[in-house]
Amino acid sequence: MDFKDTTKEAEFRKKCHDWLDANAPKKDSSKAISGVNDETEYLAEAAKWQKKKYDAGWAMLHWPKEYGGINASPIERIIWGQEESKFDVPRGVYDIGLGMCGPVLMEYATEEQKQRYLPPMAEGKEIWCQLFSEPSAGSDVAGLRSKAVKDGDNWIINGQKVWTSGAHYSDFGILVVRHDPDAEKHKGLTFFFLDMKSPGIEVRPIKQITGTSNFNEVYFNDVVIPDSQRLGEIGDGWKVAITTLMNERLAVGDANGVDVEDAFKLAKKQDDEGDTLINDGSVRDSIADWYCEAKGLSNTKLRTMSALSKGETPGPEASITKIVSANKLQSIGNFGIDSMDMAGMLRSDEGVSRSFQNAWLGAPGLRIAGGTDEILKNIIAERILGLPQDPRADKGVAFKDIPSGN
Amino acid sequence: MNLDFSDEQKFLKEEAKKFLTNEEALKKARNVMENDDAHFDNDLWKKIVELGWTGIRIPEAYDGLGLSHLELCVIAEELGKSLAPTPFSSSVYIFTEFLINFANDEIKEKLLPALVSGEAIGTFAVTEDLMAPTKENINTSVSDNGEISGKKIAIPDAKIATHLIVVAKHSSGIQLRLVDLSDKSVSIDHQKTIDETRAHYSVSFNNTPSLLVGSQSDGWSHYNHVINQSAVLFAFEQVGGAEATLEMATSYAKERYAFGRPIGSYQAIKHKLSDMYVALTLARSNCYYAAWALNSESADFELAAATARVSSTKAFNLCSQENIQTHGGNGFTWEYDCHLYYKRAKLLSVNIGSLKNWKNKLVNNLEKSNTH
Ligand SMILES: Cc1cc2nc3c(=O)[nH]c(=O)nc-3n(C[C@H](O)[C@H](O)[C@H](O)COP(=O)(O)OP(=O)(O)OC[C@H]3O[C@@H](n4cnc5c(N)ncnc54)[C@H](O)[C@@H]3O)c2cc1C
Repeated sequence: MDFKDTTKEAEFRKKCHDWLDANAPKKDSSKAISGVNDETEYLAEAAKWQKKKYDAGWAMLHWPKEYGGINASPIERIIWGQEESKFDVPRGVYDIGLGMCGPVLMEYATEEQKQRYLPPMAEGKEIWCQLFSEPSAGSDVAGLRSKAVKDGDNWIINGQKVWTSGAHYSDFGILVVRHDPDAEKHKGLTFFFLDMKSPGIEVRPIKQITGTSNFNEVYFNDVVIPDSQRLGEIGDGWKVAITTLMNERLAVGDANGVDVEDAFKLAKKQDDEGDTLINDGSVRDSIADWYCEAKGLSNTKLRTMSALSKGETPGPEASITKIVSANKLQSIGNFGIDSMDMAGMLRSDEGVSRSFQNAWLGAPGLRIAGGTDEILKNIIAERILGLPQDPRADKGVAFKDIPSGN
Repeated sequence: MNLDFSDEQKFLKEEAKKFLTNEEALKKARNVMENDDAHFDNDLWKKIVELGWTGIRIPEAYDGLGLSHLELCVIAEELGKSLAPTPFSSSVYIFTEFLINFANDEIKEKLLPALVSGEAIGTFAVTEDLMAPTKENINTSVSDNGEISGKKIAIPDAKIATHLIVVAKHSSGIQLRLVDLSDKSVSIDHQKTIDETRAHYSVSFNNTPSLLVGSQSDGWSHYNHVINQSAVLFAFEQVGGAEATLEMATSYAKERYAFGRPIGSYQAIKHKLSDMYVALTLARSNCYYAAWALNSESADFELAAATARVSSTKAFNLCSQENIQTHGGNGFTWEYDCHLYYKRAKLLSVNIGSLKNWKNKLVNNLEKSNTH
């Protein structure tokens, strides 16, 4: 056991760090964790940062050179992630594209398409979104109903998607739709990518509990997609979607935001009577619990890295990450507000208390997005522990005959 | 980056597992529980001695194997999984470490080879009444000529042990004192505990001769050092126990049917088992880190040990109790093994200090590391 990088890893880490140090500001924990105040500004900043990374080869490092990567190994990718997370840089805008859409294109698109779409995605010139969820299909995403009808070399799409993050500023999207309602639920689906500027697409932002709008309803009215933009065979949409969702679970890692160190610092601050929360037994109890969870996650990550570093396949242990970190974030957010007692109700504009409020407000979304807590628990129970699936009312039946509650 | 055990250590773990399964260690734990006269399994203990496990950390100069804490960690996990009823933890994690760390050469020469060969078995005595032991509430006293008087309670394995380290009060401070348990002035009485697979005793000292181990006045910090080390090993035992109970619950959930389907297809059960998996995974990862910190004498060792101890205590408590729940009425029977784990989990969650105390220790260490 040791925590040393191999010589090669250490060299790579230094390279990452040196470049970041020369090109980005370090994180400052006394400031509020940057949220999005002005979206246009934030997008511009994110694009600038992405371009900078792309020019230096850091944008999509595990991709082959011809698509904008440097052929990095999985361990190098993690090292880069560790180093980048120490710096205060814009995050989130390209995660869906690079984390989900990119990999699916890499696997299913033609060579020509890869050369056309992957480099601008990596460069931050084109933003991508994921059009899966629908009003009647979230956890049960295969229950989606948006229709695709073949028309010569094209497909005509009608229907509605919802909760599409970033649809309002995206250039392209990946889409699953139903081409055959008479087939069984999982067999009647087909997968495409499309231009979000296509005629017939209407994007309506949805106001979130945060008061801002990052996700949208997306309506399709006779939207035309060329068959050449189909990814996978007709009827293989579910298979392609599953590949994407697997990548999503890898991409959505640790919840970004306040953590146990911030809670600890807050608890050490003195109140008017010169007393500190850290002397309260219940606060100590919570801090110990959060610390064990935070360390448990980072040490779990180190175990995954160890396997990769030895060229082995990591175990399933990383699947606990989102469920633990999103719940921890919510609990720490609550603590930050409670710690101010009555004044905790006042929305702050800046500073540390705003970070706690943002955590409290954002965490419910994290517990839902990319697989709810409940779905993740089902996955752990079924895929890792091997427990049987729930009885299903939707198997072996034509999609149109499945009970839908309306 | 390598937060994993070496192939040799994994091999040792596999061998330990095979050995303890072949020996039916779990059945032996039940025998000890059901037989009032049995306080440990002598036969299993002898075989463990033959395998050399009691000498893992003892230097080769004293007939030991001269291996590291990491080898001990993998064995601890398997012992915890099998509930092996032996004095291993008292003698190896604690007594032996007191000697390796603090005893003079004379004591080492006399006792370390005897610990390897099994002639000697050691344990430790600290608690005196129904409160967590602190530097201030130790009343067992040691005179200038080294004679101890007082009474200690909740001492594991005292009846079969040959030697004991006593935490005692001297006019110059807290000291660790080595006592030969065959001395006539010592009286040992069995104390019934919540886990009868592990026998505990009270021990009274009446002007009992003893030898100083370590410094004249720094016994309390010596004691803490060894207890922190042992916390990592007990945490591995707890992870082993948690894994065993998760496995039991999982296989029962696949076999048992209710309302025409396996109970494991009900989400209330699935989510319960998934929570157990999450707790176990966090604990295991924290244990690996603590094993590294222990073995490499890292500056954050105390914090790492407390983190592993807290996570593993929580994991084993949760897994052992929800294992009973998953088994329904069967889980509440004497016949099923669920309660053996439930009881061991509770014993291990207080044996070197309660969850509350370890959480406190954890936060104390955060405070320390944040002041500079
Ligand atoms: C911030 C945010 C961003 C998002 N971004 C995107 C995006 O970019 N693209 C996209 O396609 N989607 C996106 N989503 C949608 C997200 O994937 C879904 O909201 C999520 O999968 C849950 O689906 P639902 O909202 O329909 O809830 P439902 O599936 O209706 O779930 C409601 C409740 O029922 C529970 N439930 C459902 N099924 C089961 C079951 N089998 N067992 C136990 N409990 C169950 C759920 O856990 C939940 O508690 C986003 C969501 C959020 C909150």
